Amino acid sequence: MRYFLLICCVLLSHPLLAAKTELSLASLSVESVQRLQPLTQNKLKQSFKLLQAIPSTEQAQMVQLYQALLKGQLYFIKASGQFISVVKSGSHKTYTDLLNQQSLEPLASKAIKKVRVNNKIRVYLRQLLAKLELGAVAPQARLKALSALLKDLNAQSLQTVQGLRLTEKNLDVQQLMDVIIDIDKARNAVQLLDKVSAIDRLGESLEPQVRIELVNLKALSTEAEVIKALDKALTNIGQSRELYGYLDQLFFGLSLGSVLLLAAIGLAITFGMMGVINMAHGEMIMLGAYSTYVVQLLMPNFLEYSLWVALPLAFVVAGSVGILIERCVIRFLHGRPLETLLATFGISLILQQLVRSIFSPLNRQVASPQWMSGSLEINPVFSLTLNRLYILAFALLVFLALLFILKKTSLGLNVRAVSQNRAMAKALGIRTDRVDAMTFGLGSGIAGIAGVALSQLTNVGPNLGQAYIIDSFMVVVFGGVGNLLGTLVAAFSLGIANKILEPTTGAVLASIFVLVFIILFIQKRPKGLFPQKGRAAE
Amino acid sequence: MISLNNFLSAKSSSNSASKGAVLPFVMLLFVATLLCALGNALFEAGSLFYVSTYTITLLGKYLCYALLALAVDIIWGYCGILSLGHGAFFALGGYAMGMYLMRQIGDRGVYGNAQLPDFMVFLDWQQLPWYWQGFDQFWFALVMVALIPGLLAFVFGWLAFRSRVTGVYLSIMTQALTYALLLAFFRNEMGFGGNNGLTDFKDILGFSLQADSTRIGLLIVTAVMVAIALLASQMILKSRMGKVIIAIRDTEARARFLGYRTDKYKVWLFVYSAIIAAVAGALYVPQVGIINPGEFSPLNSIEIVVWVAIGGRGTLVGAIVGALLVNYAKTRFTAIMPEVWLFALGGLFVLVTLFLPKGLVGLVADLKLKYQRSTTDQQQGLNL
Repeated sequence: MRYFLLICCVLLSHPLLAAKTELSLASLSVESVQRLQPLTQNKLKQSFKLLQAIPSTEQAQMVQLYQALLKGQLYFIKASGQFISVVKSGSHKTYTDLLNQQSLEPLASKAIKKVRVNNKIRVYLRQLLAKLELGAVAPQARLKALSALLKDLNAQSLQTVQGLRLTEKNLDVQQLMDVIIDIDKARNAVQLLDKVSAIDRLGESLEPQVRIELVNLKALSTEAEVIKALDKALTNIGQSRELYGYLDQLFFGLSLGSVLLLAAIGLAITFGMMGVINMAHGEMIMLGAYSTYVVQLLMPNFLEYSLWVALPLAFVVAGSVGILIERCVIRFLHGRPLETLLATFGISLILQQLVRSIFSPLNRQVASPQWMSGSLEINPVFSLTLNRLYILAFALLVFLALLFILKKTSLGLNVRAVSQNRAMAKALGIRTDRVDAMTFGLGSGIAGIAGVALSQLTNVGPNLGQAYIIDSFMVVVFGGVGNLLGTLVAAFSLGIANKILEPTTGAVLASIFVLVFIILFIQKRPKGLFPQKGRAAE
Repeated sequence: MISLNNFLSAKSSSNSASKGAVLPFVMLLFVATLLCALGNALFEAGSLFYVSTYTITLLGKYLCYALLALAVDIIWGYCGILSLGHGAFFALGGYAMGMYLMRQIGDRGVYGNAQLPDFMVFLDWQQLPWYWQGFDQFWFALVMVALIPGLLAFVFGWLAFRSRVTGVYLSIMTQALTYALLLAFFRNEMGFGGNNGLTDFKDILGFSLQADSTRIGLLIVTAVMVAIALLASQMILKSRMGKVIIAIRDTEARARFLGYRTDKYKVWLFVYSAIIAAVAGALYVPQVGIINPGEFSPLNSIEIVVWVAIGGRGTLVGAIVGALLVNYAKTRFTAIMPEVWLFALGGLFVLVTLFLPKGLVGLVADLKLKYQRSTTDQQQGLNL
């Protein structure tokens, strides 16, 4: 539960972290902008003097201009002297007015001219930008600037860092600054003791650059004590890297587990509770994924919110298809599980071909909204991809919701009653046919929701469902039919086992091993990890 | 209640349809095969009686599928074991035969290496892996065709039936088995040609695979094997062992309480069925000219079950009829309207399970029964 809250906190805080506070030329006075005009004369000496003369109070607003100048993207319109940036991506060019940040119509190449720079100006600009970024308001920007510094340390930047360290309040930034100062000490300290203690402290850092630095130092050092300290620091780093490597595997295992859970949880209802071998389950997932695709097609301008529309839609689409299947086919096959297998397999073929005919057999691209991309960096060697983290949380949420429906609502009570003893439930006045339809609809609807989540991880194509159907059955059978908690445990243990095996055996062999393990496991415990007990169990 | 229903319905179908139907069917099979063979060998192209080599190969392929369907029918229709992994045995038999054919290519491959098949040269392998040794001998390949799938079926069946894994669980386990094999054979490191499988075969026992006469020969051999499998299966199922097997299908617990070791019966029947499937695979490969991991795909195995269901499970002839009909329809449909085929196949699945639980052969038998009844009723009416 605590971890769940933690994840929630992370999810909530993330948009705030990413918020940018950018200043632009627009906030400058007219005179200061006017002062820049001589740049258009393209006399390099004059330009350099002009740039140096810009007062430090205005430099923060100039960052965009500096960056454009550094990258050679700064142009001006010959007629008006207006500064614009021209960004090339492939053959496509985008034109932006630097003063008011508005994008412009494409301009003829004769109407504009590039502002020239030389190496002297570039060096000056780089240093200036690094300094400006170190003083940036957002801690994220400061961290980025420091990381850049780490790769290219010199005496001047070190002094800046040492100066800024005294006033720095953010803990992460402080740490990184300490690392930079320690690297300098490890290189240049006069006292041997200082050197050793700096190296010891560096042993705690996971920055890849630190490790490279230490290896380099080891090659240069001659003093026995320093080498000993370096060895210790390096093994220390090695150990923690290994630990985080395992954590990384664990996270990917959990992520795979959450995908398996999402894929299998609907099946745990239709197969586990109703005893219907629903081979069309994978196609319900596919329908959910295609719902996401259609929603994004219909509202291309609201990509950020598309998932929130897709989720209920996928539930309704897959759920109603499920109810239709139950009413038209499955209700005639009660108590004949092997026959339901054949019939639903036929339905899965029809649905696949239907999607192929409507959307073409090619894979479709489903875009991820901005808030799902990127990653949460815990430290330099261990970061959690955000979309996987969200899907993990989402899978658990769906699981809890389903558990709630089954345990606390009257629908859930009816479902459990019918699955345990159909005749008795009917005698007590439960409309079993309606409950059957609702149960199947619920299971299918949840598969549809799973499809929305999976569309964020894999390609959406007519064969999407096929890829998950066997794994889903394995999860349900391994966990024990008719047991939701078993499905949860099975999904995560299979996911983690798969990812732990993967580095040593390769992905394909890992899944073969897992399959063979399940085949053997079922021989030993034919009813899965958590078999149903009591009269309900056959 | 449910098992009683199954029991009654299955009993009537097995009694009415399979009795005496096998021999006439074998006769029909032979006559048709011979006519086709003569049509190809004696008549020129363009003649009314000419049968093209393409048709001969197609017929041979259908008969291999029929044999495969028979294998599934024996365990599903008569013992109630629904295997969703019989494609695995078929493919393993096919690979064993493919390995022999691969070795027969000799130095006629693209790389001209007499010691190694092309794909191994391509993967830069230095020598033949140990499990490829001996496959240049035809008899060895034949032994392996039966031995490897038989052994796999024995181990799998022994483990599963001894611990009483039944019904749905068993079906899903067999599916996992073929899926695992599918993944394994896709790997280049396995030494079976990876994704591309084994292909580019030249000749079998010295006869060119491209020659018409070889094709006819293969068709006749396949027909003979189908006949042998039919007769042998009928013999087994009519014997005392067959009675026990049918008893196991109807109520396994009762058969066990009567003192029969039901697991042993099931294991041996499973092995027998796997070997038939493997033989079908071994006959399939030289006629089609390729074997690749796609044959292991769970979809293929489920398709076999549909042939049996459509033809009529629990009737030996039904499985063969189903396989021939569905595959003929598949060939026609995929040629005329490829996108309609999956709709048609899917629709067939649903309709057959809903309305034709005994399959086509069961339907014919029912109609016959109804006709007889109505005629006897009329006679009785006349007598009154």
